[in-house]
This record gives sequence, structure tokens and C-alpha cells, in this order.
Amino acid sequence: MPHQTPAMIALADSSAFATGAARPAARITRRRHAAVLPGFGTSLAITSLVVLALIVFPLAVLVLRAASLGPAGFLAAAWTPRARAAYGVSLSASVIAAVASSLLGLLVAWVLARVSFPGRRILDALVDVPLALPTAVAGLVYSALYVKKGWLGQWLVPLGIQGAYSYLGIVLVLVFVSLPFAIRVVQPVIESLDRDTEEAARILGASRTQTFLRVVLPAILPAVVTGFALSLARALGEYGSVVFISGNMPFKTEIAPVLIVARLEEFAYAEATTVAVLLLAMSITLLVIVNTLQQRLARNAQ
Amino acid sequence: MPAKPTTTAASTPLAAVLVAGAVGVVGLLIVVPLASVFYEAFARGVGAWWSALADDPDTRHAIWLSLTVAPVAVAINTVFGVAAAWLVARFRFPGRSLLISLFDVPFSVSPVVAGLALVLIFGRQGLLGPTLAWLDWKVIFAWPGLVLATTFVTLPLVVRELIPVMEAIGPEEEMAAVSLGASGWQVFWRVTLPNIRWALLHGIVLANARAMGEFGAVYVVSGHIAGATDTMPLRVEKLFQEYRQPASMAVASVLAGLALVTLVAKFVIERRLEAESRELEATRTLGDDQHTRQLEGAAA
Amino acid sequence: MPFSPPAVLSRRSLAALVVALAASAAAAADGPITLLNVSYDPTRELYREINDAFAKKYQAEHGRAVAIKQSHAASGSQARAVIDGLDADVVTLAVWPDVEAVAKSGLVRSDWQHRYDNQSVPYHSVVVFVVRKGNPKGIKDWADLVKGDVSIITPNPKTSGNGKYSFLAAWGSVLTNGGSEEDAQRFVTEIYKRTPVLDTGARAATATFSQKGLGDVHLTFESEAHLEVNEAGGDLEIVYPKKSIRVDPPVAVVDQNVDKKGTRHVAEAYLGFLYSPEGRAIIAKHHYRPWGDSPPTPTAGEAWPAIDTFTIDAVGGWPAATKKFFGEGGVFDAIYQPGGR
Repeated sequence: MPHQTPAMIALADSSAFATGAARPAARITRRRHAAVLPGFGTSLAITSLVVLALIVFPLAVLVLRAASLGPAGFLAAAWTPRARAAYGVSLSASVIAAVASSLLGLLVAWVLARVSFPGRRILDALVDVPLALPTAVAGLVYSALYVKKGWLGQWLVPLGIQGAYSYLGIVLVLVFVSLPFAIRVVQPVIESLDRDTEEAARILGASRTQTFLRVVLPAILPAVVTGFALSLARALGEYGSVVFISGNMPFKTEIAPVLIVARLEEFAYAEATTVAVLLLAMSITLLVIVNTLQQRLARNAQ
Repeated sequence: MPAKPTTTAASTPLAAVLVAGAVGVVGLLIVVPLASVFYEAFARGVGAWWSALADDPDTRHAIWLSLTVAPVAVAINTVFGVAAAWLVARFRFPGRSLLISLFDVPFSVSPVVAGLALVLIFGRQGLLGPTLAWLDWKVIFAWPGLVLATTFVTLPLVVRELIPVMEAIGPEEEMAAVSLGASGWQVFWRVTLPNIRWALLHGIVLANARAMGEFGAVYVVSGHIAGATDTMPLRVEKLFQEYRQPASMAVASVLAGLALVTLVAKFVIERRLEAESRELEATRTLGDDQHTRQLEGAAA
Repeated sequence: MPFSPPAVLSRRSLAALVVALAASAAAAADGPITLLNVSYDPTRELYREINDAFAKKYQAEHGRAVAIKQSHAASGSQARAVIDGLDADVVTLAVWPDVEAVAKSGLVRSDWQHRYDNQSVPYHSVVVFVVRKGNPKGIKDWADLVKGDVSIITPNPKTSGNGKYSFLAAWGSVLTNGGSEEDAQRFVTEIYKRTPVLDTGARAATATFSQKGLGDVHLTFESEAHLEVNEAGGDLEIVYPKKSIRVDPPVAVVDQNVDKKGTRHVAEAYLGFLYSPEGRAIIAKHHYRPWGDSPPTPTAGEAWPAIDTFTIDAVGGWPAATKKFFGEGGVFDAIYQPGGR
């Protein structure tokens, strides 16, 4: 991966997708000399302390608390019609947003990597804004922009496009929070593409579309899928921005985290926890599926 | 070397359309919301903006609280990130892959769920509740709870920056230092840290931005005490609901401003990272013998 | 204890943080007595003024400075926070079940309802309508809510006390006019079909109606309605239906916390202040109706608008109503069930 900044590698590497795809050379060296380097004990102690105390322990408590209901109680609490609808909204909106992010991200990444135009650097920098802007602020601002009185809503609402307090609103903020992931993973891969191959294809008579589909797409697809998975993971867990724009209508625009909060307010801790555990299981399952898919694609591309 | 884009927007109609599309996407999704934050914040002038921030003791406290919670969370993350990256990038041991996967868990866990887990542990009826009550320690609804929630959501950010960099650099220099008799700390301070400093800084900047802006997890464990446990994002929401939209947007604009500062910092750091990875690549492609010969040549 | 190793570790790692905090707390030991009032969403402005007045009074009478901190969010989540260890000295919540839940957890003595006058409810409110200027949809009473294309704003009754009262007011308006349970269900279903947003709290709903301009009518507490109308600078009006539910927000001293902190005296005086002439005047000023004979009014010489009220008992009392209407699979859920109408 030439000229890929570590930040980008980090993004591409996130969520355990690329953990299998490390550099073999470095690995062999490491294995040969591992015993020489100091600090194994100390770093193991610090790492396991933090991972156990901050990740394993809280999630174990969460799962045990939900398990205390027993299988029947768990299902009764976590699989009500309303809860099923909420998982559906959370999942479908996240998938749609991740698809939209991947497509829009591909466009932006392509332009940033391939076309030179005035303001390219600025556009490049702006892409990272959603990483740094608090999501609650994003939710408040988006809902204010898309209502009838808002900057964008005054044009869109008369056309019948409701960007606030609607399913579309949820998708919009989810695209906002996930867009940088989709762009930053694909951009370096496009930059590193061998343009000679593309030109060769063109010389051999392939159309622009054919070149893209046959030459470019297979090369960037693993990265696009990684971007999709990252966007999906980010979108599924998102709460702060969605709660301000969704309208929270049961069966329509109510997401699973809102349901967790609602159950808590009925003092139903175990029931709230079941929804949380199921949400957790869904995101992890999805990540594993996409991870497998991505690895297969990467193997095919080689 | 990054291939400089050779197509210009003017060169083909398709390129122009694509550029317009990309600018449209970023403009509509990112620039317009960002602009509206600043517009609302400064609509009544800089004086009103400043007094909204400085004259309200609860807002002042929220800013101060965010400025104390975020650095502590980032500091914990830094220590953890360096230790964890050292562990997984320099050693092979059973359970290594599982550990790496665990680093990413906070990334896919809903912040609300993270907050709930903290309540189940540290709440009065939680697992450690009785112990904490006996010790008279406050964790949730107090500063430590805010720090824990913030640390959790930002946990992957530093370590994820460091692992690929440390793997790319490889352990050769460190092993050379050890064979020359350097102690573990000396290796870290003299060899490893200089190599990873930009990646580390990059992770810290990202973690700090996320820490400052965290809402969901903090929302569950804050207790919403004005002037005590409201962080800046919580204050934005509270002011918005108290019919003080300009003040709310003033606080939001500080967070948005912070986001822009983060981007500038990120931009600068990324350029350094790029430069370094280029150097690294250059050294690699030259090959060791050639490299040495070159150095000898330069010395002669 | 299957978790004991990590438990010990995490506790130890916290020790450093807590010690640092304790040091800063010790430095402030000579400062004022601090009291934490955990309240529901719309009482922020009311208690801000109450707190100032009470602090002055207490300082004058007892020579000790008092600093009162406020915490506001949806009533249910506030009760949950107190149960989970939020260090409240007093709770002033929106609905009876929330204070009762705190009592059940052992933090508040079970006789809390009898510790202050009027079942520990120092002030009332009623659910009223806020409409756009000039009342363009001609909304005068409950039945008008479901005429034409009227769109309604009210928060989610699952998470908001304000939302619960609005729901129950609508339900009760049918029952107390001789309607049947089926009529009530039809009416309430029609109302929520016209509700485009279900915000999680009272204040979020207010912002949706007044600042974002959604909906034709906003169902809310009388006090909140006045605040909303004042903030809107002439764009909104209040409409009093002929009949509405009486809102009874109860208060209680959190016994376990005040005994631990040694703040019982101040905490009891604080809640007592809500019943004093000075306290009642402030309460009235914020358009909450103080309990007791000849209550003060927001403007001297002007009577409280007349409105016929019924209480929670008209819709079955709190424990039954909570379960029936807002429990999982209850009436509210049935309204949204696809095809279940």
C-alpha cells in the first residue's frame, strides 16, 4: 500500500477487518526475534487491565444481567412487536445509510484522488468534519435545517421531501456520521491504482464504462466493502444525532437505543438490557459477515 | 509517491460533472450544517456570542468540565494505546487476534449501551454499588463516571493509529538498540517514540475530538446536574431546551470550532506522517546493502 | 464473585481519580451547604427562582449559606438516576409513580406522601392547548383536536411525564363526558395518528412546536404553555379546554441521602418553603397553581382561568393506569401496532 498514510491504514484496519492481512515479512522477523524485545509483561498487564476492566467486564455484566431473565423471559422482553420494529428501523436505516455513504463516498474519493480542481485541498479537509463534530450538534442542526422553516426545508418540504422527523432524516444523519469512513478507506486505494492498466484497456477498445466495471471496480471493491462495513458499524450504534431528528414514532422511526431508554424509564433494567444485548449481537454478527465477505473479495482481487 | 491527479476539472465534461457532484455532496451534507451552526451562534453579534459563553456560570462550568474530562480520558487512552500497540505489534502470543478484535468493540457498541453497562456496574443497585457506597465513592453521576464513559468510546482510536505504523516500521531498530545494551525504557523513549510520535499525536487529536463531543454514553451517566456534571454537548442540548437557542448554538460553535482546529491539526500531522512513510519506503526500496554503501559513500 | 479480579483492578484504578476529587472537595468544606434538587423537565425556571429566594431566606434565618444544584430531564429517567445513585437531597418529580419508585428502592421512607400537605403535592397544573396566533384551526376543546387536518405535538408518553398527562387528559376527557372506553380508545388513537413527532421529553416537544414550527396544537402543562407563549413573542396563544386533567407533581426528601450527608434540616426546610407565602408567590408567578386556600395568581388581581379538572383517579389511578396504558403491549403500543387499530 504505497503512500497510504497510517491514518488511512488505521481506518481500513479498524474493526478487525484487516487483522489477517498484515505484512508477512515483518511477521517472520518478529517471530524470530520476539524474545529479544523487553516490555512484554508490562504491556500485557496494562492492556489486559484496560481491556478487562473497560470492555470485557462491562459487557459481561450486561450479558449476564440479560441472561438472568432466562430464555423465555429474554425472548418476551427482547422480541416484542415494537422491539422487532425498532431493530428493523435501526438495521434498515443503517444499511441504507451505509450503501448511500459507500456510493457517495466513492464519488468523492474518486474526485479527490483523480481530478485536480481549485479547492481540492479544502474539500479534502472538510470530509473529516463529521469525525470531529459532536453528533448531538449534528442532530440538532440537521433537524433545524430540514423542517419547513429551515434553510433547506423551505425548498424541500413543499416538494414533499420531509428531511426532519422522518425515516429519511435518520438516513441523512447516519450518512453524515459515516461518510468520512467510506471516503477515507477508498481514497488511498484509488490513488494507488495503476493507471497504465486502465489506459491499456482503453487502447484495446474498452469503453469507459467497461474499463470501470472490469478493471477499476474489482481493484477497489474490497476497499469499498470495508468502507461499507465501517459505515454500517458506525451507523448501527449511533444515538446522539438520530434521537433529535427521528421523531421517535413507534414502528416507523423509533430506533433500538430509544427503546432501551424507554424501558429504563419504566425501571425495567433487565428488559432494557435484553434489547441492548440483542443490538450488540446484531452489530457483531453483521461485522463478522461483512468481514468474511471482504476477505474473500481481497483474495479474489489478488 | 502520491500520484498527483492529472485530470483537471476543465479537461472533460465528465470530470466537471463528477467534481460538481462531490462538491454538492460535501456541501449539502457537511458544509451547510456547519455553516448554520456558526450563523446561528453569531447572528446576534460577537458580543452576544461571547456573553452567552462567559456570563453563564453553568456554561462556563460545562466548558471547564469538558476540558478536564477529555484530557484524562485521552491520557488513559494514550498509555493504553502505546502499551497495547507495543504488545500486539512486537509479540506473538495466544489470544492475540482476539485481543485485537476486542480493541474494536467500543467502535460498534452503541454509546447508550456502554452507559447502561456502567450503570449496571457502578449504580447503587449495581454489582459494585454496595462496595462503592461503603467506601463513599461516587463513580456514575460524577466526574469518574464521565471519564469512564468517555474513555470507553474513545478506546480504539489511539491504539488503532499505532498498530499499523509500528508494524510497518518493524522491530529491527529496537532489537539493535537492545543488543547494544539499552533498557526497555531507553528503547521506548529513544527509538520507538520518535518513530511513532506523529501517529501517536494523530490518535490523540482524534481521541480528543471524539471525547469532547461524546453525547450518548455521557448522557446516561451524567445525572444532568447543572454546574456540576453537564459537559459541553449536554449543555448544548439543555440550553436549546431552555429557549436559549443562540446560547446553545454559541456552545455548539465552540465545539464546531474545536472540530475545525482538530482538522487543521490532523491535516498538519497527516502531512508529516505521509512524509515519514515516504522516507521509510525509500529506505526500504534501497535495500540494506545499497543503503549502507550509499551512507558510506556520503560519509567519504 | 466471578468478576472479582477485574473488579478489584478497576476499583484500584479509580482510587487515584477519586482521591484527587476528594482533595478538591475537602478544600471546599467550609463553603455553603449544597443541596441537590432532582426534578423533571419543565421546572428549570421555577426552581431557579425558588432556589435563590430560599437561599436568601435560609441564610437570614440560620446564618448558613446554601447552594442548590438542579438536575432536570424526563421524570422517569430522573427517578431512575436517583435509584441508581444520583445524590439527590430532594426529588420534585412529575408523576406519583416516579417518586413511589424511588421510595420502593428504600431511599425514601414509605410514608412520604404524608410528610407534606396535600399528599406532598405543593402545586398543581393542568394540561392545556397552545395554538398558533389567531387559532387558525379553531381549536377550542378536545373534540376539535381530531377535526380537519389538525396536527398535534405531544411528547412520547413512554418516556415523558408531560406525555403521560396529555394522553390521560385526552382519555379522561372522553370518559368524564360519558363516553365509553372504546370511544376513548378511538379518540386517543386518532390523536396519535395526527402526531408527527414523539419527542422523548416535554422540552424537546416544546422546541419542536415553537422553534421548528411543526404542528397546529401543542398539548402541555399550563405553566409550560405560558413560558412557551411568552418566549414566542406573540406568535402563539393558549387555549383552555373546558375540562382537563389535574397535574399533581409530588415532592419528597430523599431520606437515605440527607441522613448520610447531614442535610436533612435544609432539605426539609427547602420543601417546606414551597408551601410558604413567599414560595407560593414564586410558584404562581411561573404559572403553577399553588395548593391551598386563596392561591396567589401570576398577576395580582387576576383570577386563575377557570377549568373543570378531573384527577388520575378518573382514569383508574396511577398503578393501574401506568400498566394499562403505557406498559409493554398496553393501549399506547396498540395504537401503533400495524393493522392493530
